[in-house]
Amino acid sequence: MLTRSLFLKLLSAVIVFGAWQIAGMIPVSYAFPTFMESMDALARMTFDGSLFVAYGETLKPLVVGIAISAVLGISIGLWIGLSQLFDWAFSPIFIVMQAAPLAALIPLLVMAYGIGLTSKVFVVCIMAMPVIVLNTSGAVRNTPESFKEMGASFMADRRQIILKIILPAASPIIFSGLRLGVSAGFIGAILSELKITPTGVGDIITYSRSIADYPSMYAAIFSIIVLAVLFLNLLEMLENYLFEGNNRGYASD
Amino acid sequence: MAMPQTKDAPETATTEIAVSARNISKNYGDVEALRDLTLEFPRGQLTSLLGPSGCGKTTLLKIIAGLLEPTAGEVEVNGKTVTGPGPDRAFVFQDFALLPWASVLRNVAFGLELRGVAKSEREDKAAKYIADVGLAGFEASFPHELSGGMRQRVGLARALSVDAQVLLMDEPFSAVDEQTRRKFQEDLLALVQNENKTFLFVTHSIEEAVYVSDQIAILLPRPSRVSEIIRPSGFRDKGVDNIRRDPEYLDIVDQIWASLRNYVE
Repeated sequence: MLTRSLFLKLLSAVIVFGAWQIAGMIPVSYAFPTFMESMDALARMTFDGSLFVAYGETLKPLVVGIAISAVLGISIGLWIGLSQLFDWAFSPIFIVMQAAPLAALIPLLVMAYGIGLTSKVFVVCIMAMPVIVLNTSGAVRNTPESFKEMGASFMADRRQIILKIILPAASPIIFSGLRLGVSAGFIGAILSELKITPTGVGDIITYSRSIADYPSMYAAIFSIIVLAVLFLNLLEMLENYLFEGNNRGYASD
Repeated sequence: MAMPQTKDAPETATTEIAVSARNISKNYGDVEALRDLTLEFPRGQLTSLLGPSGCGKTTLLKIIAGLLEPTAGEVEVNGKTVTGPGPDRAFVFQDFALLPWASVLRNVAFGLELRGVAKSEREDKAAKYIADVGLAGFEASFPHELSGGMRQRVGLARALSVDAQVLLMDEPFSAVDEQTRRKFQEDLLALVQNENKTFLFVTHSIEEAVYVSDQIAILLPRPSRVSEIIRPSGFRDKGVDNIRRDPEYLDIVDQIWASLRNYVE
């Protein structure tokens, strides 16, 4: 089973990278390098250390923003899910945030918070938080009534019902919100580096494009995708570790 | 209060009352679920609440559990008025209400966990009841890996492990298959014999009620009331295999159906 899933993952990678290689060799566009050229550039940047320096810069708003979004997002979502008053007061904010055209709002953020870290953290949060809040509140609201009744009949107090029943019951949907939020946060981090000030990975992308070093540009984009996938896998491992029984496998198993 | 009931069979006179519901009314908005219902449950016996759907039997059970508040009237358990859920009562749910993220062991120990019992102590106790209900070896399994019947055994073990004197069972066997249900009914009879607990048992199956009960309260709807209390007496000692052939068993089943049939849509 494990070898089969590994095989399928490798197969899908080979297909995607193969298509990339072929598209680069045709070439579809002179601005589109082959897969191998991009990997060369990636190796070069890795070994001369410039990639690590760039990530040192990019990870700051990313990690801070995602941490804030996760903690605040789950807490606010929990409140919204528990209380109708909170729902009326705060849900609209996050629905608007989710629908807002962020790129157009960045100049406003820059006016308010400058071009430093604060603005970039805001961009990450605006991208990541709404989906975390909305998923959490929906899942909390939909906790099966019989679980809460069971807790009450065995004399759970309010705190125990929230911590031992509502949150674990909501955890699959909270985690799917976190996964979507984290992916959006990665997009937000790069967006902020492209739109506010070119630093870190955003700088590599902007600079490489300006000097027509397309392999480096795609290598940087590729690296951020790899990092995001790694992070999502970590999140999934955490979820499986915390709530093992919620993982019920696939319908076809 | 000291006067025991006299109108039923003589044994009632000597039986202590564990739970009594007095003049219970319950309204949901304009809908009257229960009206002025009075019923007593003798200690150490199994009492069934039987009636057509919509007659308020689950409502009554949840009021006794302290999960619902009656609009009027009061419930006493061991002489104390019920104001909410308490350690003297444990509930077995129709849909099992097991936590899917928790192992069988943790599910069974959950009632004790909520009461702050130390981990090793509650797990020892849970393991004992898991073995008692016949699930030894499944401690580390998760609910979705078990069959319906096994899940309800977990629910039963959870209720037993908190060591409440009164067990409230809300149609506990209605979601399991026929063969499992028969086995459950036999096990329940043994449980009533061996554990000195009071069982309140909601069911919509006439045969099941007659098979397992010491006392059957027939509830009728519109307005909900106790229409009849039946105490099967003759076949309880004849062994689980002979009950369903006993003439008294068959007579009672027929008699109950005769009084219920007009209320079934």
